[in-house]
Amino acid sequence: MSAGSVPKPIASTSSFIDDRIGAGNFLKRNLRKVFPDHWSFLLGEIALYSFIVLLLTGTFLTFFFKPTMGHVIYDGSYEPLKGVMMSEAYASALHISFDVRGGLLMRQMHHWAALLFVAGMMVHALRVFFTGAYRKPRELNWLIGVGLLTLALLEGLTGYSLPDDLLSGAGLRITEGVAISLPLVGTWITFFLFGGEYPGEDVVSRFYSLHILLIPGILLALITAHMILMWVQKHTQMPGKGRTNNNVVGAPFYPAFMAKAGAYFMFTFGAIALLGTFAQINPIWLFGPYTPADISAGSQPDFYMGFLEGSLRLMPAWEINVLGFTLPLSVLIPALVPMGIVMTGLALYPFIEQWVTGDRSEHHIAERPRNNPHRTSIGISAVTFYGILWLLGANDEIAAFFHVSLNWTTYVGRVLIFVGPAVAYFVTYRMCLGLQRSDAAVIGHGVESGVIKRLPSGEYIEVHVPPNEAIEAHMRGKTAIPVITGTSADGDGIPPKGMRGPLGKLRAKLSKAYGGEKIPLDGEHPHEEHAAVGSGEDDKSLTRH
Amino acid sequence: MTDSNHDIEQPDGRVPKRVIGTPSPAADTALLGTGEQHAGDLDVPGVTPQNEATAKKGEKFAALCFTIALIAGIGFIVSYVAFQVGDIEKTKVSNLALGGALTVALLALAAGIVVWVRMIMPKYNLVQERHPMASDGQAREYVAETFLQGAAESGITKRPLLRRTLLLAAAPLGLAPLVLLRDLGPSYADFPKKLRHTVWGEKTKDGKHRKLVVEGTGAPIRAADFNSPGGILSVVPEGYEHDLNALAKATLILIKFRPEEIKSGTNLNWTHDGIVAYSKICTHVGCPAALYEQTTHHILCPCHQSTFDAADGAKVIFGPAARPLPQLPIAVDNEGYLVATADFAVPPGPSFWERGDAEAEVRENGGHA
Amino acid sequence: MNRITARRRHPLARYAVLLLALGLVGGFYTLVAPPGERADAAIAAGRADDVAQGKKLFEQSCASCHGLNAEGTAQGPSLVGVGAAAVDFQVSSGRMPLANPGAQAPRKPTAPWVNDETIKQLSAYIQSLGGGPTVPTQEQVDPAKGDKAKGGELFRANCIQCHNFVGAGGALTQGKYAPPLHEATPTQIYEAMITGPQAMPVFNDSIITPEQKRDMIAYIVGVREEPNPGGAGLGRIGPVTEGLVAWIAGISLLVLAAIWITAKKRQAH
Repeated sequence: MSAGSVPKPIASTSSFIDDRIGAGNFLKRNLRKVFPDHWSFLLGEIALYSFIVLLLTGTFLTFFFKPTMGHVIYDGSYEPLKGVMMSEAYASALHISFDVRGGLLMRQMHHWAALLFVAGMMVHALRVFFTGAYRKPRELNWLIGVGLLTLALLEGLTGYSLPDDLLSGAGLRITEGVAISLPLVGTWITFFLFGGEYPGEDVVSRFYSLHILLIPGILLALITAHMILMWVQKHTQMPGKGRTNNNVVGAPFYPAFMAKAGAYFMFTFGAIALLGTFAQINPIWLFGPYTPADISAGSQPDFYMGFLEGSLRLMPAWEINVLGFTLPLSVLIPALVPMGIVMTGLALYPFIEQWVTGDRSEHHIAERPRNNPHRTSIGISAVTFYGILWLLGANDEIAAFFHVSLNWTTYVGRVLIFVGPAVAYFVTYRMCLGLQRSDAAVIGHGVESGVIKRLPSGEYIEVHVPPNEAIEAHMRGKTAIPVITGTSADGDGIPPKGMRGPLGKLRAKLSKAYGGEKIPLDGEHPHEEHAAVGSGEDDKSLTRH
Repeated sequence: MTDSNHDIEQPDGRVPKRVIGTPSPAADTALLGTGEQHAGDLDVPGVTPQNEATAKKGEKFAALCFTIALIAGIGFIVSYVAFQVGDIEKTKVSNLALGGALTVALLALAAGIVVWVRMIMPKYNLVQERHPMASDGQAREYVAETFLQGAAESGITKRPLLRRTLLLAAAPLGLAPLVLLRDLGPSYADFPKKLRHTVWGEKTKDGKHRKLVVEGTGAPIRAADFNSPGGILSVVPEGYEHDLNALAKATLILIKFRPEEIKSGTNLNWTHDGIVAYSKICTHVGCPAALYEQTTHHILCPCHQSTFDAADGAKVIFGPAARPLPQLPIAVDNEGYLVATADFAVPPGPSFWERGDAEAEVRENGGHA
Repeated sequence: MNRITARRRHPLARYAVLLLALGLVGGFYTLVAPPGERADAAIAAGRADDVAQGKKLFEQSCASCHGLNAEGTAQGPSLVGVGAAAVDFQVSSGRMPLANPGAQAPRKPTAPWVNDETIKQLSAYIQSLGGGPTVPTQEQVDPAKGDKAKGGELFRANCIQCHNFVGAGGALTQGKYAPPLHEATPTQIYEAMITGPQAMPVFNDSIITPEQKRDMIAYIVGVREEPNPGGAGLGRIGPVTEGLVAWIAGISLLVLAAIWITAKKRQAH
């Protein structure tokens, strides 16, 4: 005990617990668990901590919110709505805003936290995608993540509808319009969801129990599973000095990482409080009570639903009537296809990639996006697709703000939605290769030192020096993307079994295009000028088992 | 994590420390790595403590942050008591005071902890071995054997009667929750029929045609008063001014035209003196389509920008809506008030599976959709 | 000399003479009439000298598009029958005279010659052509006399679909737009409702009564002057700006925090 003895209260409490559940063994294994350090590894925590803030603020809101649609005459303190007939849900949301101390703050923080929850999940998912951190053995956690994102959208939708104001009602109406357009089951789903005709008197209380009980319960369970898997599998790490596929290098959980995580929780909580204080969100008192007869210009969903709104706006008017039945394609396609492409694409990507590359090995080193150019291009292409739809979801505000024709935003969007992703793919692919080339140049020729030297011949050159060790190690973390051992391996040209059909041929083709080493890091070139560079500071590292 | 010190009390230094990059000793570690390294001991090789000057500075700065957080935290409680709510001005002040205090407290805590980590705690990396996630062959074999043995012991494989009745027993219980959901819906099941009718088709209690009334005031509309060409009005059915279910299908947009502006798509028999009534519920997904431009006679839906030509039977000229807004037959009663003489000829609002081409059906029967 | 003769035979000459005579009579009348009646008389029919002055102004600044007699041309609609309210609305909000042809005339600073007096004269002239809605009195548009809650219901039923729930404005088809109501004066709001400027439909007084219009004005003015209790209003246009703030402020802030927390700072040896 070189650090002195453990203080008595802690020692006795801990032995009390250890005597009963043997917590010591768990802590022995985990207190010093290693967490690799990289700023992008904290992005998922934005979502995690926002979720905690959502639970806290949401619980506060439930104490005052009345999830019923019975009509009341408003008699609260917001003057411009006095005497107006409205649902009890809306009246109680106004009550929270104006007659409960801290109520407005909690409402606003809840809403901002919801936006950051989804935004945090998105940036986290993008980080995982672009670094290939979903690869084996983390496919399960990736799937859980996709499930979490989908549920978060649903959670957002149900929450958005609760205050029963004119804006939330518009969202609900669109939800109904989409649900009722489904073939065969549309009217059934709608009449069951609303307890009869739209809007009925049930939907707010039903959404309430989904929003505060069922969905958060599943979210909580999945988040726990997500954390446990991350813990058990250990975090991926960026390539770098001393980092291999068989180790994990970083700060110990206790005390450094724990403190960092605590600080980041405070940051997230603080940022939400900051937004809740200084940026007004969802001012329901300005919207008025919901009635299906009215709507405001610029009625928009929250940002995470914007891409669905955009795809609905983009769609031309297609509707098919066959044998007395109606298939409203102008609703079905935009409501289901982009969501399907994005979510199914996300869920299947790890498995498709495995199928294409034939790679069944474990990966614990995060790939730099440039080093897998096709994946990065596919990702950017999908982001572009999503982004265009999202942008188009606000085309009326864009038209009003920039004074362009609303109709033209739609026409342009209809072209962009196909051209944009293709261009994005091409540009990204070129950029990735360019970056790889510049890496190769750095490895091969070193970096510019800023020292100009005059050669005896009179020529001026800039002295190149070998790159900093850490940077070099980071770059050398690159590994070739596997290619299935098929056509090329069998020298005699007879493809192995399973690769002979059209699907097999396609697979071989895809694999060849997707995998391999596009720009090899060629470190064998002699450096032009060997300026003396120190080996840099040693990474202060400890190895332990 | 509780900070149980049970493991810390173990003697440390059992495993030789090494600097990263040196060859790894035999991987004799537990699956998750063991952890009795004690960083509190600053004599541990490889762990360099922060130099005292930095640490001292860090301590001061972190303490300052924590003190700010303390004051702000107290400020939060004081603000709660000091600032009441009850009107917009007061709520604004209260929100600012409470939120400001909370923000400062949280961000100061965050900053303090970061300073603590960065300036006081030693900086070093630990290296832990990773092991393949898969369990070894022996373990797998053992599990497989145990599983088969257990299955055999239970007799589930050998005794089909047991197995089948158990499966059978589970089936209805599995269905039970689904059955329970039935009453989520209404007692009737002829949903499409409901969607085809609105309250405009019903006569009032005294057997008269239902009046059109102004949304928001409930006043009936005298045709002679609605006399400015280019005028519109949001209209609801008399007696259903606050019935949201009725309004979701029956709300109208009433437009006054100069007679020469009306084109052939509009059924003139259903108009009165240049006054035309269309369903306000968009045929796309049901938003109230009510942005009316009197110069172009366009009705625009703000949700997805379906645009209808009001002068020409509200036919679609832009956007995702596939069908025109249904026109309501209107006339004046003997007092000169606008009334609906019948229901919409086709179901208003968004399309649904059982709707079919109601417009074509009406046309076949010689009517006007 | 010739020119004067020619002008004398111009078909409009007799109207000019008539107007001049009316103007003289009116001018004389204003001198002898008690001051209290002056305003009323001017509103009722437009004072004769106002009409004459207004015509002059009209010929200088409006006739090129609206025609010499306000009968309308290819560039501008006829103004016969639009009434004083339309003139007051268009000119006082700077929309007229139009600077550039476009989808819609924007609100802009008024022309240098525009002031209360010239607007009154121009209005009187247009009013004299074919009647039409007149400029409301101050009392008719006084927000303090309206009922906000009732006005809000009418506002939501008839206005927000284009102008947004707080009058922040919105897009219409083909580059047209419903302008924000932030700068519109109560009088202009009233005038817009009764005249239906540009693409805006008409809400005449027999359907939405003057009292109800005053309620709506009370709501519009009340809400736009109302502070935002929850912090910055973000333009009060709903979730679009909120989403932008969540990403640009929220996520950026947290990314910066993450970078700070994980930044490598070598410890001193």
